[in-house]
Order: sequence, then structure tokens, then C-alpha cells
Amino acid sequence: MPAFELPTVDFSKPLPSRDGTRLIQFREALREAMSEEMRRDPRVFLMGEEVAEYHGAYKVSQGMLEEFGPKRIIDSPISENGFAGMAVGAAMYGLRPIIEFMSWSFSLVAADPILNNVPKMLYMSGGQWGCPVVFRGNDGAGGQLGSTHSWCVEGLYANVPGVKIVIPSNPYDAKGLLKTAIRDDDPVFFLESERMLGDKAHVPEEEYYIPFGQARVAREGDDCTLVSFGRPVNFCLEAAAELENDRISVDVLDMRTIRPLDIDSILTSLRKTNRLVVVDQCWPFASIASEVVTQVCERGFDWLDTPPVRVNTEDVPTPYAKGLEYAYLPNKDKIAAAVRKTLG
Amino acid sequence: MPIKTVYTAQIDHLQILDENGVLDEKLAKDTLTDDQVRYLYEFMITCRTLDEVAFKLQRSGRMGTYPQNKGQEANAIGSGFAAKKGVDFLVPCYRENAALFLHGLPMHYILLHWMGDERGNQIPEGVNMTPLSIPIGTQMLHATGIAWAFKLRKEARVAITYFGDGATSEGDFHEAMNFASTLQVPVVFYCQNNQWAISVPRENQMNSETVAQKAIAYGMPTIQVDGNDLFAVYKATRDAVERARAGGGPSFIEAVTYRLADHTTADDARRYRDPNEVEAWMGKDPIIRLRKFLEGKGLWNADLQAAHEEKSRAIVAEVIKTAEGIAKPSTDDIFDFTYATLPAELEAQKRTMRTASLAQEPQQAGLNNPVNA
Ligand SMILES: Cc1ncc(C[n+]2csc(CCOP(=O)(O)OP(=O)(O)O)c2C)c(N)n1
Ligand SMILES: [Mg+2]
Repeated sequence: MPAFELPTVDFSKPLPSRDGTRLIQFREALREAMSEEMRRDPRVFLMGEEVAEYHGAYKVSQGMLEEFGPKRIIDSPISENGFAGMAVGAAMYGLRPIIEFMSWSFSLVAADPILNNVPKMLYMSGGQWGCPVVFRGNDGAGGQLGSTHSWCVEGLYANVPGVKIVIPSNPYDAKGLLKTAIRDDDPVFFLESERMLGDKAHVPEEEYYIPFGQARVAREGDDCTLVSFGRPVNFCLEAAAELENDRISVDVLDMRTIRPLDIDSILTSLRKTNRLVVVDQCWPFASIASEVVTQVCERGFDWLDTPPVRVNTEDVPTPYAKGLEYAYLPNKDKIAAAVRKTLG
Repeated sequence: MPIKTVYTAQIDHLQILDENGVLDEKLAKDTLTDDQVRYLYEFMITCRTLDEVAFKLQRSGRMGTYPQNKGQEANAIGSGFAAKKGVDFLVPCYRENAALFLHGLPMHYILLHWMGDERGNQIPEGVNMTPLSIPIGTQMLHATGIAWAFKLRKEARVAITYFGDGATSEGDFHEAMNFASTLQVPVVFYCQNNQWAISVPRENQMNSETVAQKAIAYGMPTIQVDGNDLFAVYKATRDAVERARAGGGPSFIEAVTYRLADHTTADDARRYRDPNEVEAWMGKDPIIRLRKFLEGKGLWNADLQAAHEEKSRAIVAEVIKTAEGIAKPSTDDIFDFTYATLPAELEAQKRTMRTASLAQEPQQAGLNNPVNA
């Protein structure tokens, strides 16, 4: 493997405007991020079930086989443990794998490589063997896929030190965060949602990198701080719009990354609103919402006027039936009720 | 020192009824009687009708994603018929409906399942099967464990587990095969090699010429059969089941078949399959050759066919009515089946979820909880 040096990413460069008319889908933003990085860096390859000939089960990699060829866009057998484990070796020997799980639910088959190898390799080798793999795929309830196919892995995996966890809520962030993930020297779990792949927004054509650990203020208000990440950010925005009718205004923070977690932005907002609701599409027990509330209590207890409230899924396996799945997930009504609750 | 050969192997391919409906009488001896063939043929038509109607239900928004069985029915029917109903256990994935029906699963359960209702997996008493397994490969280990339990409990039962060609790439497959053979448990591994795993053709899935040869590595009796030939499927499965019941351990069957439809209703196979290939397999349809066979024997004709098609449509219409007539599941269900006994905090959540979220009601924090009081 010839040495290959990339210029380091300059995060001090201001990000391009989010406003514009280049409306593309979330899946196209992901594709753009991967393709741009693959053009620059011959070490990057994409592997997973159905990613090449079929263009991805969810059409994220449309056209990539045609552009990059079968050595870099690789259809794998149905062997999640196999390709996740191989990615570890490939990354240790200098390549930059992007591994697509058709669903993060199937990553459970690959628990040993992704949890026991990837996050520990650098540590166990005294800083010698890095594992810069990006694992990406659909996370969360995809719409009536049943309990085994609807995993929200962030709650489970965030407990493990050594990985970074990225969870965009919109196409603009998806592109900038995925590019950063591919350039990152550490392993990154990148969580998408089947329910958002068709969402459209302005995505700049130019290259840009969104730094990890920086939340975005998605909406500003004074009465309560709404913290979320991934798909439920959109539910928070719906709830915020509805609450506005009752003259309740909220800050909505889109965390964008879970590890690292931008707790400072939460505290800054809390100092203004003195109320906190955390919305998390994982189960409540030992969840990221629990972590946020704990850290806020540890560092910002004095700024809380009322007890913080978590909106998680109900504490049961994901239901299969349509109506039940909706009732189980965080939704606009539950979020609005939670905000009202903090206001007493 | 000369090099010695320490191992050689061969894989046999079994076909008894060919594509033109011509039967190999010698091989067919002691397999299926004429009455049985006719009964199973009629059953196959009913199952095909259900499959096609299920597809239409999905297209008209009355059902979720559905994986069609079309073209593969001889596998489920021949193998299911070879196992003892009420004694042996079926451990399925999702493309062998007819075997489940033969073992007593009411047809509307399958529709209910794919309509997105957990109760489709609430198997009625006396039907020996496990719920459909959607994560690829996992059920093979379960079958091995079930067979291990039969052995420990000294019960003369056999487990048959079903999976696709693609599933043999999972670690679970290899681990199940190794366990089953080292423990010598009564399990039959039935691989429906339908040539495709979604859009990935078998030859990209594996580099071995047959699936059957994988079993050789595990020291397991193995055979390749024509999976569209009811007789061959029946005979191979019956032999494997008898061997297992007699204490002879596990067996492997690779059934060469073809998925005539899309992977599921969410797929469009025309994008990646050569229409000539599909066309060629249409001619190998298990229904066509069985009909030719029965007609050749004077046991079937156009009138009987028309009458049975009519009957099948009526049966299927009734099945749909039953499935759609079942009241939607209530939100209580999602709490009631999470633990064997409903814990107090879930009891509270069950009461409040419609109006509030976690920790919003005092009950949910465990305070003033009437359930605890
Ligand atoms: C662990 C896991 N990985 C991936 C999938 C997605 N998936 C569903 S069906 C399928 C193809 C299975 O092919 P095969 O085993 O040949 O069975 P067939 O569908 O052809 O009957 C895949 C990859 C899954 N359900 N579970
Ligand atoms: Mg297959």
C-alpha cells in the first residue's frame, strides 16, 4: 500500500449556507459525500449487501458501481459478521472501508467486530493500529418492519468508548457529516433512517465538512430547550410549530453527533430557558436521553426550574402494526405534552 | 512417500418427475400414492392462488411487504408432507407457507403476519412450528437447539429447518451445521436454493459449485434434489427424517428451485434478471409437471382443473375475509407480551401512553402507583 497523505480537514472554514434551491434527497446527499471522498482517496471503498448491482437496497449507492467499478463498490454475500470483520483488517492495513448495513438491526450479527474489535484496536495496540471504518445504514423504526428489524442501536452502542456516533436529521447535515466521518481517523457509526432517505432539502454542491460534537440550533425560543438527534428532531420541529400557536416558544437543538456529545450547547440553551425536554427514539432505560439528563443535572442543576422530561419510545419491543408503531414512537403530541409539562 | 488421497466426495442429484411429467417408476417406488399426489396437487393450486392474491392485496394497500412463494411450492409441500404432522417441528424462514399449512397453520395467519400483526405468529395449539424468522440464518441454530432438546428428552421427533441459498453465507449456518453433526441431533437442513438472494445470484454468493457440498465438510449426509419435483423432494426429506428419527443424526438437502416472482413486493426483479432465464424456469414450474403427470394417468382433466381453481378462489376469499375481519390489535398488546408477568412500571405506562410520555405521570416514576400500593 503506497503511503497516501490527505490534507487535514480545515474545520475553521465557515459552512456554506443552508438556504438555496439545490433540492436533493437525503440518499443523494449521502451518495454525494461518499462519491466525493472516493474520487479523492483511492483507499476508500464501499461494501455491503446489494450495494453494487442493485444500487443499495434503498438506492443510496445509485450509479456508484458504474463510476468506481466492482473493486471499490462491492456486493457482499449475506455475511454481516464477515464483511464487518474484513473491514477491520482492511482498515488496519491502510484502507478506508465504508460498510453499509442494509439495516443497523443486522449489525447485531456482527457484534464482535463492531463492538469488540473496532473500538478497541487502537487502544489495545498502544496507538499503533487504527480502525478508521465508517459503518452506515438505516436505524430505527422504518415503518412496520417488526421488532427484529427496527433497532435503534445508538442507545446500545453509545455505551462503548472508542467509536464516534453520528446521526443526521436532514440532507444538508448528512452530506457534511458523512464526509467528516470518512476523513476521520477513528471508527464512526453513521445512523440513517429509511423514513428520511426521500426527504429533500438544499444541499450545496461544494464540499464541506461538519465538525463532530457541535449541535445545531434548529429553532430558537425562550420557554423550553428541546434536545434531540436523528429523525425525531423533525418531530420536535413539528411540535415547536404547534406550541407557537399557544405562544410557547422553544429552542430545538439537533445534536448531530451522540459521541462526542455537545453538552455545552445544551447548557447554554438551558441557561436561557431553564427547562429541558430530551427526545430520543430509543428505549428509555439507560438511554442517551438518560445520559443527557444526567449530565445536565450534574453540570446545570441550578438552571433547571422544573424536572427535566424524557420522551422515549415506550419500553417494549417495536410493534409491527402501523397504528401501534406510531403510538410507540416519540411523536409531535407526546413532545408537545412534555414541553407543557415542564411549563407546569 | 507418495501423496495419498485422504478424502473424496460426490454429490448426487435426485429427480423423479421430470419437466414433462414423466416419472421414473423405479425411483418413485414407495413414495407417493396416486391419491396423495392428487391431493397435494390440488393443495398446491390453492397455495398458489393464495400467493397470487396476497400479491394483489399488497398492491392495493391491504397488506404490507410480502415474499411470494411462487414456483417453489413443491419444496414446502413435499418436505412438509414427509414430516409427521403434530410430531415433528417446522422451523421456517419466510418462503415455505405450504409446509406450515400442511402442519395445521390456518392460512389466514400468514396473511395476518404480513399485514403487520404480531398475532399472525401466535401459533395455535397443536401446530408444531416456530414463528417466521426474518433475520437471515438465525433459525437454523434454533432448529439445532430444538433437536437437541428432543434428543435429551428422548422424544422421537425431528426438526426441519428452511432457509435460502443466501443464508448459507451467514456464520449461523456453519455453526448450526457443525453443532448438529457433532451432537448428532435429529434435524434436517432444507435449503431452498432459488438461485437468487434478492439481486445477488447464487454464483456471486458462493464459490462452490453446489450448496449440497457444504455439508460434506460437516460430515453430514447430503443430497441435491430437483426442488420443483414433488416426488424427489418428498423422497429425500422422508429418508432424512427417517434417518434422524432412527438416531442417525442430521441431514442436508439442497433443493434446486427458482423464485418465479420478485424477492418481495418491495422488489422489482426485472431490473436484474434475464427474462430468458425466468422464461426457462417457467417451464419447470412444479404445477405444470404434476398436472401432466396426473393427466397422463387419467386422474385429471380440464374440467377438474377449472373446478378446483374455482374452489381455491373461494377458499382464499374466505381466508382473506377472516384475516381482514380480525379487529386491529390494541395498544395494550404491546405491553402485555413484553414480559411473562406485566411489571408494575409497564402497567403504568400502559395506562398513560395515550396521553403522556415517560415520567410525565407520577405513576410512571413509581410514585403513588396504585399497582404498587
Ligand atoms: C441478518 C440479515 N441480513 C440481511 C437481511 C436482508 N435480507 C432479507 S432477505 C435477504 C436475501 C435472502 O436470500 P436467500 O437466503 O437466498 O433466501 P430467499 O429470499 O431467496 O428465499 C436479505 C439479504 C436480513 N433479513 N437479515
Ligand atoms: Mg435465495
